[in-house]
Amino acid sequence: MIEVTDVARTFTVRRRTGRFRRVRTTVRAVDGMSFTVPRGQFLGYLGPNGAGKSTTIKMLTGILTPSAGSVRVCGLDPSRQRTTLARRIGVVFGQRTTLWWDLPLRDSLALVRRLYRVESAAHRERLDELTALLELGPFLDTPVRQLSLGQRMRGDLAAALLHAPELLILDEPTIGLDVVSKATVRGFLERLNTERGTTILLTTHDLGDIERLCDRVLIVDRGRPVFDGDLPALRARADTGRTLVVDLAEPGPPVDLGGVTVARVAGPRQWLALPPDANPAAVIAALSARYEIRDLALREPDIEEVVARLYQGVVSPAAG
Amino acid sequence: MSVHPWVAWYAFRRHTAYPLGAFTEGLTNTVFGLLRAYILIAVWAERPSLGGYDVTDAVTFCFLTQALLGAVQVFGGMDLTARIRTGDVAIDLYRPVGLLGWWLADDVGRALATLLLRAGPPLLTGAIIFDLRAPSPARAAAFAAAFALAVLVSFALRYLVALAMFWLSDDQGVQMISLVLTLFFSGMVLPLVVFPGALGTAAGWLPWSALIQVPADVYLGKRDVAGALAFQAAWAAALLAAAHLVTRAARHRLVVQGG
Ligand SMILES: Nc1ncnc2c1ncn2[C@@H]1O[C@H](COP(=O)(O)OP(=O)(O)OP(=O)(O)O)[C@@H](O)[C@H]1O
Ligand SMILES: [Mg+2]
Repeated sequence: MIEVTDVARTFTVRRRTGRFRRVRTTVRAVDGMSFTVPRGQFLGYLGPNGAGKSTTIKMLTGILTPSAGSVRVCGLDPSRQRTTLARRIGVVFGQRTTLWWDLPLRDSLALVRRLYRVESAAHRERLDELTALLELGPFLDTPVRQLSLGQRMRGDLAAALLHAPELLILDEPTIGLDVVSKATVRGFLERLNTERGTTILLTTHDLGDIERLCDRVLIVDRGRPVFDGDLPALRARADTGRTLVVDLAEPGPPVDLGGVTVARVAGPRQWLALPPDANPAAVIAALSARYEIRDLALREPDIEEVVARLYQGVVSPAAG
Repeated sequence: MSVHPWVAWYAFRRHTAYPLGAFTEGLTNTVFGLLRAYILIAVWAERPSLGGYDVTDAVTFCFLTQALLGAVQVFGGMDLTARIRTGDVAIDLYRPVGLLGWWLADDVGRALATLLLRAGPPLLTGAIIFDLRAPSPARAAAFAAAFALAVLVSFALRYLVALAMFWLSDDQGVQMISLVLTLFFSGMVLPLVVFPGALGTAAGWLPWSALIQVPADVYLGKRDVAGALAFQAAWAAALLAAAHLVTRAARHRLVVQGG
């Protein structure tokens, strides 16, 4: 569905250094990027701010031409066959809207039908379906400028999907949404991917989106991939392993068990960092033999932390 | 059916969504029309057949141009400029239609809405207070065609200025130059017929005269209709062709702002 081979994109920026002097510097936004996305996959595309995610998406949609390398989407060259490709993909940029500011949402969606030449009957059917799934009903007739961010976002998703694209590209679609809107949008995307088989590429800074939705995670930093794999593989990258949180009967010094380090102590509660290969059942047995335990919980390595480490370059960069 | 008529229709609705604002602008145009009219009357009292216009022609020219200036947007500008600056043009660029056609349709809708809402007050006021020339039906039809071509020329000029944003980080200089050229050479400040000698001849051949002076001349019967329309059509074709080429060039070295 998507094939990116050795793609680079540079920007030339002119910076003022004195009253009249300017220096031209080259920013390498994307630098030696390669990946492929098969049909039907739900890919999470992650990276710190300025990593080159939006730039990549602009090249995938044909808005920007790569400085080097080749991009193919749905078998087409995006920058040369932009309008043909546009009929087959849907795109949502979270911070921008395709909707007409002064007109009711319904009218914007009607224009989208004309734009993509969707048959009237098919349009009505899809609009009904999207209205139900995205809960658009209450504000279909409200001018877009009066919609809340979450409502507008759902309207934009509907607009991107009315022509039933094979591929949906999302650049931060959950930015600024409350938990309820987020849940609606996530549930919707999940169904779209599993029931319709729509291939989805999702960029987000919300790791909840990734954990809930993605088959595969691609992490980029400074324009290059630093991780490519599924969620368990990403967790396995963490050298921390799991954490056992125990509530002892009484506050005391850190527990003394071989091979287990105590990460933190707060009153009777202690956090034990298990090595990746440790057997939690054995640790719990050893612990309860020597201490009185009130409560305990086993925590998976926090994905936020794993990703933060990747961003900081703690984990050695390598494509998995 | 193509989406363009719908884009024009939506633009028309967008620009008629707040009629009160447009009406206020129409009133402003009327007040300035009155000021201009009294200045022109004073000038024509000194030089009664200046540039081949009599005083009725001059006053008619004044109110007619006050009625048109919104529709042909002599003060310049276009929503596209801001969209390029903020990067919202990304949205326009992934639509399955070309940028030029989309914005042309949008501008046609805007021009019609503006004409509808803003042409009335100046023309009506002028006709009540002064004696304005009324055209024959044939002239009125010719004028409608000249107006349509004026909108095309105006669009193409403003579109080219807007696209300059792709190359420049700051468009104020270009906007300023364009504004001065438009006001001066369209006939908006003074009818081009009063410009002396070579300057007047040159001004008559420049594209800006197609915005105001040529449609007004067609209305007043000062010019051969076929020649006037051909002049406008030639500029519209040339400028739209240039706009097409510049769009292509922009797409190749395009930098879309923002994440
Ligand atoms: N139009 C531009 N002109 C100059 N530099 C740019 C331009 N667009 C992007 N860049 C640079 O390219 C790099 C990548 O930007 P990009 O928007 O792709 O990042 P991103 O991964 O989407 O970040 P974020 O998570 O903050 O949205 C950044 O260093 C940015 O400064
Ligand atoms: Mg971004």
